[in-house]
Amino acid sequence: MFELLGISPQVLLGQLLLGLINGSFYAVLSLGLAVIFGLLNIINFAHGALYMAGAFVAWMLLHYLGIGYWPSLILAPLIVGAFGIVLERTMLSRLYHLDHLYGLLLTFGLALIIQGLFRHYYGVSGLPYRIPDILSGGHNLGFMFLPNYRAWVVVASVLVCFGTWFTIEKTRLGAYLRAATENPALVSAFGINVPLLIMLTYGFGVALAGFAGVLAAPIYSVNPNMGADLIIVVFAVVVIGGMGSILGAIVTGYMLGIIEGLTRVFYPEGSAVVIFVIMAIVLLIKPEGLFGRTA
Amino acid sequence: MTETATKSALLRVERLHGWYGESHVLHGVDFEVNTGEVVTLLGRNGAGKTSTLLAIMGMLPRREGSVRFGETETIAMQSRHIARLGIAICPEERGIFSSLNVDENLMLPPRIADGGLSVERIFDLFPNLKERRRSQGTKLSGGEQQMLAIARILRTGSRLLLLDEPTEGLAPVIVQHIGRTIQKLKKEGFTIVLVEQNFRFAASVADRHYVVEQGRVIDMIQNADLDANTGKLQAYLGV
Repeated sequence: MFELLGISPQVLLGQLLLGLINGSFYAVLSLGLAVIFGLLNIINFAHGALYMAGAFVAWMLLHYLGIGYWPSLILAPLIVGAFGIVLERTMLSRLYHLDHLYGLLLTFGLALIIQGLFRHYYGVSGLPYRIPDILSGGHNLGFMFLPNYRAWVVVASVLVCFGTWFTIEKTRLGAYLRAATENPALVSAFGINVPLLIMLTYGFGVALAGFAGVLAAPIYSVNPNMGADLIIVVFAVVVIGGMGSILGAIVTGYMLGIIEGLTRVFYPEGSAVVIFVIMAIVLLIKPEGLFGRTA
Repeated sequence: MTETATKSALLRVERLHGWYGESHVLHGVDFEVNTGEVVTLLGRNGAGKTSTLLAIMGMLPRREGSVRFGETETIAMQSRHIARLGIAICPEERGIFSSLNVDENLMLPPRIADGGLSVERIFDLFPNLKERRRSQGTKLSGGEQQMLAIARILRTGSRLLLLDEPTEGLAPVIVQHIGRTIQKLKKEGFTIVLVEQNFRFAASVADRHYVVEQGRVIDMIQNADLDANTGKLQAYLGV
C-alpha cells in the first residue's frame, strides 16, 4: 500500500519514530509549562533556556567532574530545579499579584540572559555528548532500525509524564496542588503552606525541563540555542492542548510530534509549519485548547 | 455592648478593623465567644459579618486590633498559622474544589490536632456524602456541597468553627438537617461562630446573638431573651 503512494515503510516508520522522539520532548517540556502555569499563573518563557541549561549541566558534570550520564539524569534536573527555586524566591514571587504579562516579560528576559551567558562561554558550535555505552547501537526490527538510545528517550519521557500525571491527579499532594490552583486563599486557611507548594512546583516544573535537556544532550549537540529553537513549538503545543491542562499537555505533545513526523513524509515542505497551522485552527474552533476547561 | 467577659473566652475580638484595599469595612468589632458556645453574628447585607469571619481567619488583606484565640494573639499571624491553632472556616461561597472529588475535598484540610471527628462519624452526620464519594465536588447539589464544606472542617481537630451562612439558598428540609447537625456539634464540644441572615434559624441553634452594623457590633442578645427583643431585632435587621 505504501509503495503505491511512492513511500517506503522504512521512511514512514523512520519519520514516525523521529516524530515520537520530538513528541517526547514536546510532552515533557509542555507538561512543565502546564504545571507551572496552573499554580503560578506564570508563562515561563525561561523554560527553553532551562532545558538547554539541563543539557549543559550534564555536559559540565561529565567534563569537569567526570560524572556520567546516569547520575546526571538525576543531578542535572536537581541543579536546574534548585536554580529555578532561587529564581522563584527572589523574582517570580514578587509578580503573582500582577498580570500574566509581567511574568512572561521577566522570564523572557531571564531566558535571554541565560542563553547569552552560555553563548559567551561556550560558543554556538555545539558540544558533543556521548550516548552511554549501554544504550549505544540499536536493534533491527525487520521493518526498521531502532537505535537504543532513541527508544530509551521515548520510554523515559512516558515514565516521567505518567509519574507526574499520577502525582497530580491521584495523590494527596496532587490534591493540594489542584486545590491551591483553584483557591489558594482557602487552602492557606486550612493550614497548608501554599508559598512552599508554589516554590516546589516551580522547582519541579523547571527540573522537568532540565531532565529533558539531559535526555536531549546525546541526540542533539549541546548548544546555547537548543532551547530557543524548541520552545516556540512547545508553546504552540501548550496552546493547542489548553493552558494549564496536565493531560492535555502530555497527549498533545506526543500527538503533534507524530503529526509533524507524518507531515515530513507526505508533505515535507509543510513539516516546519504544520504545528502552527494546527494551533491557528484550534484557536479558531476551540480557543480554550483541546483539553482546556472553559474558565 | 453588654459585658460578658469571663475567663473562659475561647475567642476574644477587640477593636478589630479590616480593609479590602482602600475600602475600610470593619470599624472596631468587639465580641467574645466562650468555649462550647454557639454564637451568631446577625445583621444586614454588607454589615461586615463575613468580613469579620475572614478577619478572624486572617483572610482579609489588612486587619488591625486584637483577635485572641485562647491565650494566643493572632492579629499578626498568617491564615495558615491561625488554622494550625485550631480555627477552621466554612466560607460563604462554600469553597468546594471542582478539580477534587468528594473524598479529596473531605480529606483536604490537614489534621491539626487530635479529637477531630472520624470519617465514619462524619458520614453518620451526612449520609448523602458517603454515597457520592467519587463524584466531582461541584457536581453535588447545593445542600450536599454545604454539608461537604462543613464536614471537611470537622475532621481536622479544630475546636472553633466559623460558619458563614450555611443555610443560604437551601431547601427547608436541608436547613433543618444543618440545624440538627449544629446542635450535635455543640454537644460534642465544638465552639461555633455562625453568620446568619435567617434569624429564626439562628434562634434555633445559638446561645447568644451579636448584632453587626456598619462594621461594628452594636448589641448582644441572649437567645433566651430573644422573644422580648423581637421588635428591636427586627428594627436592626430591617425585616
